[in-house]
Amino acid sequence: MLVATERNARRLTAACPQAREQGLAPGMTPADALARVPGLCVDEADPAADTRLLLRLSDMALRWSPIVQPDPPDGLLIDISGCTHLFGGEDALAADATALLGRHLSVRHTIASTPSAAHALARFPVSAASEEQAIRCLPVAALGLPPEAETALRRAGLKLVGDLADRPTAPLSARFGKQAALALDRLLGRADHRLSPRRPLPALQFARRFAEPIAHVDSVLGAVDGLAMKAARVLEQRHQGGRSFAISLCRSDGEMRELALETGQPTRDPALLQRLLRERVEALSDPLDPGFGFDLIRFAVAATEPLESVQADLQARGKQGEALSALIDRLSVRHGRERIRRLLPVDSHVPERAVRSVPALDDGQAAAWPLPPPGEPPLRPICLLDPPEPIEVLAEVPDAPPRRFRWRGVSHIVTRAEGPERIAAPWWQKASEGRPTRDYYRVEDEAGRRFWLFRRGLHEREAGHPSWFIHGQFA
Amino acid sequence: MHPQTDDRCERIRQLARLAGRSDARVPGGHVAFGHADVDAALGGGLGRGQLHELFAASADDPAGAAGFAAMLCQRLGGTCVWLREARAERRLQLFGPGLSAIGLDPAKLFLGVLPDADAVLRAGADVLRCPDVGVAVIELWRNPRNLGLTATRRFQLATEASGVTALLLRMEAEPSASAAATRWAVRSVASRALEGNAPGRPAFELELLKHRGGGRGRWRLEWDRESASFRDLERAALSGVVVSVPADRPLADVLPIRKAG
Repeated sequence: MLVATERNARRLTAACPQAREQGLAPGMTPADALARVPGLCVDEADPAADTRLLLRLSDMALRWSPIVQPDPPDGLLIDISGCTHLFGGEDALAADATALLGRHLSVRHTIASTPSAAHALARFPVSAASEEQAIRCLPVAALGLPPEAETALRRAGLKLVGDLADRPTAPLSARFGKQAALALDRLLGRADHRLSPRRPLPALQFARRFAEPIAHVDSVLGAVDGLAMKAARVLEQRHQGGRSFAISLCRSDGEMRELALETGQPTRDPALLQRLLRERVEALSDPLDPGFGFDLIRFAVAATEPLESVQADLQARGKQGEALSALIDRLSVRHGRERIRRLLPVDSHVPERAVRSVPALDDGQAAAWPLPPPGEPPLRPICLLDPPEPIEVLAEVPDAPPRRFRWRGVSHIVTRAEGPERIAAPWWQKASEGRPTRDYYRVEDEAGRRFWLFRRGLHEREAGHPSWFIHGQFA
Repeated sequence: MHPQTDDRCERIRQLARLAGRSDARVPGGHVAFGHADVDAALGGGLGRGQLHELFAASADDPAGAAGFAAMLCQRLGGTCVWLREARAERRLQLFGPGLSAIGLDPAKLFLGVLPDADAVLRAGADVLRCPDVGVAVIELWRNPRNLGLTATRRFQLATEASGVTALLLRMEAEPSASAAATRWAVRSVASRALEGNAPGRPAFELELLKHRGGGRGRWRLEWDRESASFRDLERAALSGVVVSVPADRPLADVLPIRKAG
């Protein structure tokens, strides 16, 4: 029994089959329900958790088809066109789905020619010879209209979808709203209703189902290699190469493990994919747990790019740069794509924002780095401390360079200094909003080390006692 | 020729190569520092396709050694892969504009930030086997357990096969047995002041601690970005070189008073 607050009143929102037998139904107040059935088990409804569960189930449903749309609050719409042969027909697929989902949930399913019909028939089961007749026998509630429109239809004596089906659409939409006419058209298959899949559809997908679940990692990898080979042949015909690949390993108990591979250059070389896959599996933090075995493996090419076929090079020497991109792919797969990075310039005066570090596999124009001013010593440090560390400084007010400073417990006497280089917050941000002006100084201490220090805030204008920080070290 | 004999000849040649390796024969040639004394001591310059060890001479000056490594990368040319531990990157992050200020184009740099020293060593072995890489900088802090003669020997063999130059950058570390071709200690020293007592170009004291079949020495160098070379700090001070003359720009752009500050 679940309870939620609706319009400031506590109402039942869901009841289990036993409770329904006792005459309880959603919409009652908990007091009424408790009066009828003392000792009732009542829980607070948690729609957010329901949504999470539904999303998890929709991920699980990728096993049956790549096109899955969650149908809140309690449904999944799966487009199984072209997927049934993998399971040996529609009924076998439905049996597989009810068996897997039915372990912990009660499941009803319908296979119909339109999403709306499937949605309605699953919730209002009717027995009829054909789908068309079944739709005609549905109550108008199956249209999923707002309560007012539904009541209006009933008052007009229109109780079944069949009563509405033969009437002209224009008067219906004039009297009961456009929504009613659209819902009817969709249910009858007159209007197009498309699923919007939760996940972007891969460009290519290959699947293999096993009669018996396989549990040995080597056999699993071998099966994936076979699928990769198939994909490579199709990609070659299309003059394409894949940039990102997704391998879904579906366990026989419904759990799914996904492995993703990415490459810096489009590729369709099965040998390379095999190598990357093995690296990926070796690098997994928790090893591949086959449980009772995997019974379905999908290999999807998520993104493709044009790749012309090349003639095998007779002199076995590879093209310049190919070895480098293979190296970056391999390091990214083995150590994680976030760990192999490139530095890109950003047009910002704030030093810590002047550079952006992105994964080396990411696309992106390698913008040219601004050239340093000629004839100058380096004005930016080679190593940056992020965040800047506070230091104790002896300096003349208001804006003389530091005489000496203490950093990490060590005192440095400044022998050379240059500054200030004033870096203020952008004009649309005021200093009072926590971004005071910084005055940077390049200093050198008596041991010959060079530092980048700054004073945060202008003396007596932005801060009573400006604080000092070290932001970097020069070579 | 009989295939077996062919094999044997190849094997003999291989053994001869192994035996002759201690001769200062460098397969990839040398890259000169631009400083006559250093180049003479090295027999022409830094050997390409070899392993070189750079130590930060003092524990609190890692930036000096990092900068020196970046300058060598610039001189050696090609794509640079810099591998370091996540700990080091959190403490002192390599700063793109700073690299560019030294003359090393950050667009040619790949940065590997790896969880621990073992991962750095493993990735290092991978990088050194890739012939498209120009320089690999392998930055390690302290003395990792697995960095010893075996690991450095493996690096050295990989660099000889691929032609990649490896710079093993050691921070807060003590020199130990290694198979590196050269070993250096790098320390920042006071630069030649510019007008207004401003800190000048990067200046280093460079000590050659070990050189296979060569001498030792200690020099003070200054890095000049415009000519992308090192020059002697004292001699530059005597000759009064303030700015080097660029080839592609009128002199007047360069010589006037510094605008910074």
